[in-house]
Amino acid sequence: MKWDEFFVTGEPMIYAAMVSIVLVSVAIVAGLTYFKKWGYLWRNWLTTVDHKKIGVMYIIAALLMLFRGGVDALLMRAQTAVPENGLLDGQHYNEIFTTHGIIMILFMAMPFIIGLMNVVIPLQIGARDVAFPRLNAVSFWLFFFGAMLLNLSFVIGGSPDAGWSAYFPLASTEFSPTVGNNYYSLSLQIAGIGTLMTGINFLVTILKMRAPGMTLMKMPMFTWSILITSVIIIFAFPVLTVALALMMLDRQFGTQFFAMQNGGMDMLWANLFWVWGHPEVYIVILPAFGIYSEIIATFARKNLYGYKSMVISMVAISMLSFLVWVHHFYTMGHGVMVNSVFSITTMAIAIPTGVKIFNWLFTLRKGKITFSTPMLYALAFIPIFTIGGVTGVMLAMASADYQYHNTMFLVAHFHYVLIPGTVFAVIAGYHYWFPKVFGFRLNEKLGKWAFWFIAISFNVTFFPLFILGLNGMTRRMYTYSESTGFGPLNMLSMVGAVGLTIGFLLLVYNIYWSTRYAKRDTTGDPWDGRSLEWSTPSPVPEYNFAKTPVVTKLDAFWFSKKENTPLTDDGDYEPIHMPNNNGQPFIMGVAFFFFGFFMVFSWWIPAIIAGLVVLGTMAYRTFEQDHGHHISVEEIERTEKALRGEQS
Amino acid sequence: MKAKWFLLSIFFTLSLILSGCDNSLLVFDPKGPQAKTLSDTIIFSIIMMAGILLVVYILFTFMLVKYRASKMDDSYEPPHEEGSKWLEITWTIIPIIIVIVLSVVTVRTTSEVESKPVAYANDKPLVIYASSSNWKWHFSYPEEGIETVNYVNIPEDRPVEFRLYSFGPITSFWIPQLAGQKYAMSDMVTKINLAAEIPGSYIGKNSNFNGKDFAHMEFETQVMTEKDYEKWVEEVKETAPALTESEFDELIEPSVLGRKTYSSTHLEFSPAPEGEHAGHHHGNSDEETDSSHHMDMDMDMEDHK
Repeated sequence: MKWDEFFVTGEPMIYAAMVSIVLVSVAIVAGLTYFKKWGYLWRNWLTTVDHKKIGVMYIIAALLMLFRGGVDALLMRAQTAVPENGLLDGQHYNEIFTTHGIIMILFMAMPFIIGLMNVVIPLQIGARDVAFPRLNAVSFWLFFFGAMLLNLSFVIGGSPDAGWSAYFPLASTEFSPTVGNNYYSLSLQIAGIGTLMTGINFLVTILKMRAPGMTLMKMPMFTWSILITSVIIIFAFPVLTVALALMMLDRQFGTQFFAMQNGGMDMLWANLFWVWGHPEVYIVILPAFGIYSEIIATFARKNLYGYKSMVISMVAISMLSFLVWVHHFYTMGHGVMVNSVFSITTMAIAIPTGVKIFNWLFTLRKGKITFSTPMLYALAFIPIFTIGGVTGVMLAMASADYQYHNTMFLVAHFHYVLIPGTVFAVIAGYHYWFPKVFGFRLNEKLGKWAFWFIAISFNVTFFPLFILGLNGMTRRMYTYSESTGFGPLNMLSMVGAVGLTIGFLLLVYNIYWSTRYAKRDTTGDPWDGRSLEWSTPSPVPEYNFAKTPVVTKLDAFWFSKKENTPLTDDGDYEPIHMPNNNGQPFIMGVAFFFFGFFMVFSWWIPAIIAGLVVLGTMAYRTFEQDHGHHISVEEIERTEKALRGEQS
Repeated sequence: MKAKWFLLSIFFTLSLILSGCDNSLLVFDPKGPQAKTLSDTIIFSIIMMAGILLVVYILFTFMLVKYRASKMDDSYEPPHEEGSKWLEITWTIIPIIIVIVLSVVTVRTTSEVESKPVAYANDKPLVIYASSSNWKWHFSYPEEGIETVNYVNIPEDRPVEFRLYSFGPITSFWIPQLAGQKYAMSDMVTKINLAAEIPGSYIGKNSNFNGKDFAHMEFETQVMTEKDYEKWVEEVKETAPALTESEFDELIEPSVLGRKTYSSTHLEFSPAPEGEHAGHHHGNSDEETDSSHHMDMDMDMEDHK
């Protein structure tokens, strides 16, 4: 292989990206060396098994990916802003919308949610960590290196270019001869294994590690949403694992599962992909519902309305989520019968979702609403997401879908679901739990400015796409002629995209500003919260709870404040057993990265060696004895005193 | 709240656009019975959905205006409410009724657009094979014995049955003003039934991404009077060259092409993947596929490439 085949060449933007990657890497290495931070980085972050730090790393990675995916989006809107634009050529545009989809769903939305659940779940259920702390670190590093592998494709070898759904036969070597889709199958596989383990980890954590007295029906709604999400992950991700393995075999080992000849079946890929892909939508939306439930209850100063029906509706959604995948390809030529069945199951999802919307609205009734930044996102979610929801019902009607399928109408719909649903939720959750992790709030004024930019620009960007779709504009077109009349609305959409960019930049600037100037929060409970995480001091000590809280009802912390009853017994501190830090998960992630990279290029010998290293770390773990460590009573007393001041 | 008024205003703007003051949106400008059915279905669903949106928006506005902390007494403490059985049953039952109504409409309209247009139930349809290759459409008229590339002419007021398949990636055949879309795939034939009632030129396209020049994969659909159509067929038969196998092999190589016209079809030497040439059973395929023919078909597919 020649160098110019190995590196992507011929695009000024990609050269700029290469240069900036090299410069940033050099700057990081130089900075770490100059400030002597290598040891700190290794001891405190790379080897950590602490759920809070792992959560923070997930969120940082997700924010970085948000910007990568956001730049993709901006380029797409810029390219289509005017007819016959020459900013990007067809191939480059195809790579960009493909990576935009993959990154935003798998490397932004998912890790952002997993990051929040890492930070919050053990605190919310009164636990000291997740059930399998080291497995949690493995999950993170597999996600991280999977994401890095996919991003590498941009400069080495070329990105996947068959859409994020990678339909066969388009994604086969015959029609996508570059290594781009090898990156797709391998990086998603590596990250996907990590996600599957996260699902198992959190299912066990929530089922087995709740504080005494916290029965299932006394769990906070966010915990409920993560419990259900974990179950969906466990059922859905194995399908992706199998589909990606078959894809890899087809592309690199000459099998014919999805081929056009020899009995292969291109539609099989579409089915497998969406059997995973539709539940995946709910994997990113149910936690969002959980986050909103927490925030709306907190800032309406009222308990969540219809708790039971909220839980039942989430369970119903999770089951229906596995029964609707065919609605992604009504147009494949199934009979009237098949399409009708899937239309009805799809529309049925609107029923539990509607129940949730009304329950949130009635939580607000008789409340005392304060408009903090997280609450603004939660409130904006209701009217905007409802547009996404009702257009979803419209798309669910098989006959009508023959006119919407593959058009900008569809693109507008799923952005109207995923942005106010997932993205607003993770931003709201990030503002809401930020003081818990770092001990100070993000600036409210900057936060609100960012909110208004994002909420308004979002509608300016995506509402025109509904109209473009009804006017026959299909998705994934890198150019169009002036006679189509698509120009003006696309230009409007571009204006909105610029507004969104400003909003997200404000969001990041807020981190910088607040880190420097924001007032420290000494209470641990800056929002007057309701669930157990707010009973801990901020930042939360390594062991979370000095004494395990005892729960008697829902919103335990709220009632302990109102009724002035302590959450813990009067007994003395006892030594706390905690897991040890370990470098193996990181090393395993690095090995997986090289394994994936060598596999992408079909360099078998190096791939086998890297694969052996992966197996080696697993074998080592099997024979290793690590019983963790105990935190002594004196140290707990010292820490608690320092964090809580005179109170304790 | 500003956001809400903003949303409401764009919502009403959209309603105005959709309610007929602007007929330029392709989907709402049907030129045949199938597209008309779909346009009506979509407008009906928009009206239903607008009702739901309205209820949510009114409740939302009411809650935000009435229960904001800045309007409340400092001493006001919100009550503890578990929920209300009757209210919760109400907002479960009403959506169920809405979904039932929409389901009935969906099933009826889906079966309507999947079959021959009702008004033409007794007419013999004109069969046209529309096959895609990267990045063009081939139209074969087996009865007339002619073939075109990137344009299709059809007579008005006569049912037309498009039979779709692909020589490569999955594509989706769509003439928005005449009918909804359907996939064209390499190992089976799918069908679109439509009729056109107003002569004119309508845009047709592939809506399913299939690689580099996907954006250029458009064709013109010319709806002609019966007389003009017959005249055109005669003309093609007399003037256009025959389509040879080697020329066709060249045609299906990846490229963007202009229009072409031939006085014979590729179906003669490269049959469509249906009947004994089909790859797989997929649900409602009404052709019988004998599994012993799989080998034949596979070899045919190899020949195509």
